[in-house]
Amino acid sequence: MSSAKTNKRFLSGDEAVAFAVKLSRPDVIAAYPITPQTVIVEKISEFVAAKEIDCQFLHVESEHSAMAASMGASLMGSRAFTATSSQGLLYMCEMLHYVSGSRYPIVMVNANRTVAAPWNIFGDHRDSLSQRDSGWIQIYVENPQEALDVTIQAFKIAENPQVSLPVMVNLDGFVITHTYELVEIPDQETVDKFLPPYQTTNKLDFDNPKSLSFTASPEWQTEFRYQQYEAMEAAKKIINQVDEEYGKIFGRSYGGLVQEYRCDDADYVLVAMGSVAGTTRLVVDKLRAEGKKVGLVKLRSYRPFPKEYFQDLGKKVKAVGVIDRDISFGYEGAVYTEVKAALFQPGSQVKTLNFIAGLSGRDITKENLTEMFTKLEAIDKGEKEDEVQFIGLRWA
Amino acid sequence: MRPDLQELFRMEKLPHIWCPGCGHGIIMRAIAEAIKESGIDMDKTVIVSGIGCSSRAPGYMNFDTCHTIHGRALAFATGIKLANPELNVFVITGDGDATAIGGNHFIHAARRNIDLNVILFNNNIYGMTGGQYSPLTPTGSKATTSPYGNVERNFDIPTLAIAAGASYVGRGTAYHDKLLKDLIIAGINNKGFSLIEAISMCPTSFGRRNKLGNAAKMLELQKTAAINVKAAQKLPPEKLEGKFLIGELHNKPAPEFTEEYDKLIAKLRKEAEQ
Ligand SMILES: Cc1ncc(C[n+]2csc(CCOP(=O)(O)OP(=O)(O)O)c2C)c(N)n1
Repeated sequence: MSSAKTNKRFLSGDEAVAFAVKLSRPDVIAAYPITPQTVIVEKISEFVAAKEIDCQFLHVESEHSAMAASMGASLMGSRAFTATSSQGLLYMCEMLHYVSGSRYPIVMVNANRTVAAPWNIFGDHRDSLSQRDSGWIQIYVENPQEALDVTIQAFKIAENPQVSLPVMVNLDGFVITHTYELVEIPDQETVDKFLPPYQTTNKLDFDNPKSLSFTASPEWQTEFRYQQYEAMEAAKKIINQVDEEYGKIFGRSYGGLVQEYRCDDADYVLVAMGSVAGTTRLVVDKLRAEGKKVGLVKLRSYRPFPKEYFQDLGKKVKAVGVIDRDISFGYEGAVYTEVKAALFQPGSQVKTLNFIAGLSGRDITKENLTEMFTKLEAIDKGEKEDEVQFIGLRWA
Repeated sequence: MRPDLQELFRMEKLPHIWCPGCGHGIIMRAIAEAIKESGIDMDKTVIVSGIGCSSRAPGYMNFDTCHTIHGRALAFATGIKLANPELNVFVITGDGDATAIGGNHFIHAARRNIDLNVILFNNNIYGMTGGQYSPLTPTGSKATTSPYGNVERNFDIPTLAIAAGASYVGRGTAYHDKLLKDLIIAGINNKGFSLIEAISMCPTSFGRRNKLGNAAKMLELQKTAAINVKAAQKLPPEKLEGKFLIGELHNKPAPEFTEEYDKLIAKLRKEAEQ
């Protein structure tokens, strides 16, 4: 059990992140406001102003500058944090690639919100999923407590010398960012032991001048990319290890890359990311009580993607449904593509469906989820279903 | 509302969503009055905005309007004007939209002296996101991101616009709404980049936190702190301390971008024909 002293507070997801940031002792924070992230930055501003946290807080003039300033801090060997959402994340895009390619372990919290047009401030995963190939580790959390725990873990994952990659912690806009729950806040001493100060050689050093963020010609560019690839592969192991270690110290762990719920003997499973995992668990319990063999796979890490896990799953279950709070126009949900590619191994008989749901803040109800499980059973029994289905379409 | 102004608004979209006491509504009306009085063709008028409380204004205005992304209204407007230089193009933007995230477009649109009528609603704060400090939040003032006072310095928007190359620059306030309307008309008549800073007020996110009193008090503050530039010329410097200038601050016609572009095209065509 946990050896840490804790205190419980009633916090929103954004506030929980702010507490996690405070406990992680970053040296520099740079950010620009955007709903539904803003509360994180405001809460941290209060901590900084009240000297509860010893760091430099820059209120820059845009998200592009926020990430550039964070990288500037990282170049000096400092621990850097920022937060954003939606349009802000998109505006950072150039910098996202720059930071990951330069291998700086910046931690960013992204409050998942859809992207314009049409304008909408509510949640889905289209913002972060569109940054799939930016070279950032992407972890999705389910509630304010997990947001706090994973934000602390994120620094440890990012700064691991085998990884040295930036981490994006994603929490659903409003549903997590603005919903209050009792959250356990670990004590500083224990967090300090878990997360010692950042040490790196990838920094400017006045005694040993060097050039960072340089040009690599075709002769060497591939080798840099290979190292990024390897770091992401290593991150699979490190994410699991850090989660396990956190669990031993703080009493909470989340399964690392994925977390299963009642999957052991399941025939039909739904794969979900973020807050909808909570509702899905309730539906699983209800259907289990009715004798249905159903389960949930909460996908926590989208990058690196737990390919090996899904390769195994494909051999065990009859049908898999993937809930995508996004759509990659011209194909299917972005999560579905990844899951499907891993599930289908030679000889695999598994059937799959993609449920596009929860776009731009639309609720995913228990009825929706029950319907999804029903459809999985139907395709298993040989009925025809469209592979990609928009759930709750108003003119369907 | 004045009956003769109703055709300028999408009446079914009103009432607006601005907070009670917000200055943005007064400024929006001044723009409508200016358009009406200037006599320009409403059917050849486009209003473009970025993102923010101020940028919601075009949604209420009965024109061809375009609500774009944060900071980029001027870039969209540049494209619209270039595609059809005959149009009267207005840009409605906020202090954050125009001088923080969109600062680069601001100086370059002014530098080109492209014929746009920009009305910059300055409420000294990021209103829409709930009161974080902007480049126009006075040093020392409180915002959610500066709970102990802002340590940063501010832009002086007219000075910035003039230095960047704008040919017409003025400043009015929600209190001095008649002046504001006149400045907007003068801006419309200027063939080039016209920048009108409209001092607004945000009692909800700026006034309350800085103990400036209610909306009426904030309006009164605009009255007492503003000095018309003409009156200011006759006053000794010590009398201007803590005051800000309103009125026509700069009026220097200069070659306009789309006209210069057309001249170049005409010249090259002629050469090609010869
Ligand atoms: C790229 C991007 N970053 C951040 C935001 C969030 N945002 C919306 S409005 C706004 C500030 C608006 O302030 P201002 O321009 O001063 O207008 P006001 O609301 O005060 O009228 C911000 C930061 C956004 N929409 N897009």
